[in-house]
Amino acid sequence: MERNPMRRQLAIMRQSLFDQGHVDEQFVQLEELQDDANPNFVEEVVTLYYRDSARIILNIEQALERKPFDFRKLDAYMHQFKGSSSSIGAKKVKAESTLFREYCKSGNGEGCMRSFQQLKKEYATLRKKLGAYFQLARQAGPVETASRPK
Amino acid sequence: MKNSSGGKGSMSTASSITTWKAGDVVPVPDQFPAGLRVLVVDDDPTCLIILEKMLRNCSYDVTKCNRAETALLKLRENRNGFDIVISDVHMPDMDGFKLLEHIGLEMDLPVIMMSADDGKDVVMKGVTHGACDYLIKPVRIEALKNIWQHVVRKRKNEWKDLEQSGSVEEGDRQPKQSEDADYSSSVNEGNWKSSKKRKDDEDETEDRDDTSTLKKPRVVWSVELHQQFVAAVNQLGIDKAVPKKILELMNVPGLTRENVASHLQKYRLYLRRLSGVSPHSCNPNNSFMNPQDETFGPLSSVHGLDLQSLTASGQLPAQCLATLQAAVLGRSTAKSSIPMPLVNQRNIFSFENPKLRFGEGQQQHVNNNNKQVNLLHGIPTTMESKQLTSLRHTSQSIGNVNMQVAPHGAQNSQNNSSLIEMGQPLSRVQILNDSTVPLSVGQPIVPNGIAANVSTRNGIPENIRAPGYNLVSQTSSILNFPMNQASELPVDTFSLRSTLGMSDHTSKGAFHEDFNSEIKGSGGFLPSYDVFNDCQYKSQNWELQNAGMILEDSQHSNSLQGNLDLTQSVLVQQGFPSGQINGQNRSVPIVSKAMFSAGDSTEPGNLLNVNHHLNTIRADNTVRVKSESVADGNPSNLFAYHFGQEDLMIALLKQVGSFYFLLFTYQWEYLFTQFDFPTATRHHTSRKRVRFRWVFLG
Repeated sequence: MERNPMRRQLAIMRQSLFDQGHVDEQFVQLEELQDDANPNFVEEVVTLYYRDSARIILNIEQALERKPFDFRKLDAYMHQFKGSSSSIGAKKVKAESTLFREYCKSGNGEGCMRSFQQLKKEYATLRKKLGAYFQLARQAGPVETASRPK
Repeated sequence: MKNSSGGKGSMSTASSITTWKAGDVVPVPDQFPAGLRVLVVDDDPTCLIILEKMLRNCSYDVTKCNRAETALLKLRENRNGFDIVISDVHMPDMDGFKLLEHIGLEMDLPVIMMSADDGKDVVMKGVTHGACDYLIKPVRIEALKNIWQHVVRKRKNEWKDLEQSGSVEEGDRQPKQSEDADYSSSVNEGNWKSSKKRKDDEDETEDRDDTSTLKKPRVVWSVELHQQFVAAVNQLGIDKAVPKKILELMNVPGLTRENVASHLQKYRLYLRRLSGVSPHSCNPNNSFMNPQDETFGPLSSVHGLDLQSLTASGQLPAQCLATLQAAVLGRSTAKSSIPMPLVNQRNIFSFENPKLRFGEGQQQHVNNNNKQVNLLHGIPTTMESKQLTSLRHTSQSIGNVNMQVAPHGAQNSQNNSSLIEMGQPLSRVQILNDSTVPLSVGQPIVPNGIAANVSTRNGIPENIRAPGYNLVSQTSSILNFPMNQASELPVDTFSLRSTLGMSDHTSKGAFHEDFNSEIKGSGGFLPSYDVFNDCQYKSQNWELQNAGMILEDSQHSNSLQGNLDLTQSVLVQQGFPSGQINGQNRSVPIVSKAMFSAGDSTEPGNLLNVNHHLNTIRADNTVRVKSESVADGNPSNLFAYHFGQEDLMIALLKQVGSFYFLLFTYQWEYLFTQFDFPTATRHHTSRKRVRFRWVFLG
């Protein structure tokens, strides 16, 4: 059956997401929420996250362009970002946000800049990986669908 | 189980307290907690959608909001529509804690806070604001599965409080629900009860069942109930507020139109008094004196100074005082007996002091709400030490008190937050004060006393309720307050509270937890009473009570002595914890009043004598002495003392609290008129005793 290899591949992909630390246990929570009524729940949520987080990242970028840094504002933005990132289980992104906030609290502008760059990188990686994952998942089709041999 | 067509309100008892479901969807009782109606508020759309799904998976009935304002609107629209609220801490339009406070004040629902922030301070803030739980994001579904426990726990506590207080309100409502034709609701009720039984004390539910056999008892206008009433009235508009509509809006089973009508009548009077009082800034004396006879004059002068200083310092809201005066004076229609003007006054003091005390943490009871202590901290520090020392010794001028008050007042405003920490009661008070809350006791005017009182509720829920109004009939009523007398005391307390400015704003969270039950039951009776009782002043209390009674009955001569004692005891009981009051007012007007009433045309000199006597009488009893000084607390002083802020006072007056306060002040005023202080002649004989019927607080 063609689905099997796809599902197998999907499973491998999924596992690597965890192994590489891109997602954590919270991601599993999302997966568990997925059911017949909401078969694409995880993807929907993650899409929503992209939209929201992109906005916040933009805000932070703009804030970082204004000197001197408004650390309180930056921290507030990052707090938001961290919240949503942790909700979907974006582990690395969340860790980087925490670091960024530490820099904000200590008023380390340079550290903030560096951390932010790193964060954007992680964020981009996550999006790419999750994107590929969901795409495959969609191709693999719902579990219940009978698969016809080619 | 059908959807409760009649569900709305059928299951809701004192709605906020015992309602399980009053909304459109009635959860299947057997499947509790399925169908729990949750409102989740979070500005983060990702989190919001995840939470919603998780809650749905828990079989809860979920409503989501991304803005706090929207959430509040939803809650206000449908007061009985939700069982629990989950809110994020950081939101752009409103701080999560502020929302928490609002909800606690207005709807008294359990609120769970959540945040990605797991710092100890934030979590502590949640606790102090009265959140029933705090979740750290990311939230797992397991954490949400058990949130129903907060709903049950809250209801359980409320029930318990009601029962203990002796109020039949709940009981009344419960049976009403059962009597509902709505089968589903009664089934739900029954099942709810049975499920509750499984979880809680079986006796509790049984008691409730028993109450169903009771004849519909006199309606106890608890704080909560009054809050609903005011909300309904405000919603309709005071002009258009007719009992029938109010009744419908309130949606309280067991409440009749007649109940509402009579309450509305009183409320209207109260409002009229409020509006009729023009703010006399810095003219507390005037207001003080004008309405009444000249007897006030001397008093005013005595207190006037204090008042002036107080007002000047901003501590005493002149307007409030004026209003109070007017209110009191205006209220010539004696509805109820003024049990013991003296006592009342003392109560005030006691309240005040206790509050302060509470801050000090003296009142153990009060310390139920750890916050309480904080609340008063401002005052106690200044007053207590002084009082204690002065108490024993020569009397201190009222000025002392005032002065103390004044600075305190200043502190109050600053210490509001600290006061608020008082704990729940405070928050409650604050809630009351909150203008947005129908039942606002008023801004924390006197964080000290009131908060304390309120907080004492924790330990003494029933007491509050009890305080019945009949101070007169029962000196004990005052003291009995803690003794669960369904008397007017609560009113006093309440008014005191309000006037005093339940200054606790911040501790809403905590407040509302305790307060809710407290306020509800007692209608504002100052827990201080309770505290006192606990404070081993029992014996004294009784004395005081007696004293009160004596005064009431104007058994002057004999009672003079007794009165004095009573006065003291009353004062003491009132919660003069450390005799804060003590030191201050040697010239305890109240005491003197008592003395006067006792039938001795005592000159001021006598008063002093009495004071001394009092002091000596109870040398051992510091408290007593305290009361003396307290008694001195001119009402104005008293108020000034407690009122930290004018607006608070105004707000307070505008609220239920003020309503009660009005009643209280009325008594208080009566006291003044009764005792012609300066001239030391008793006029009470010519006065008709006003019997205050503290029907509101039972």
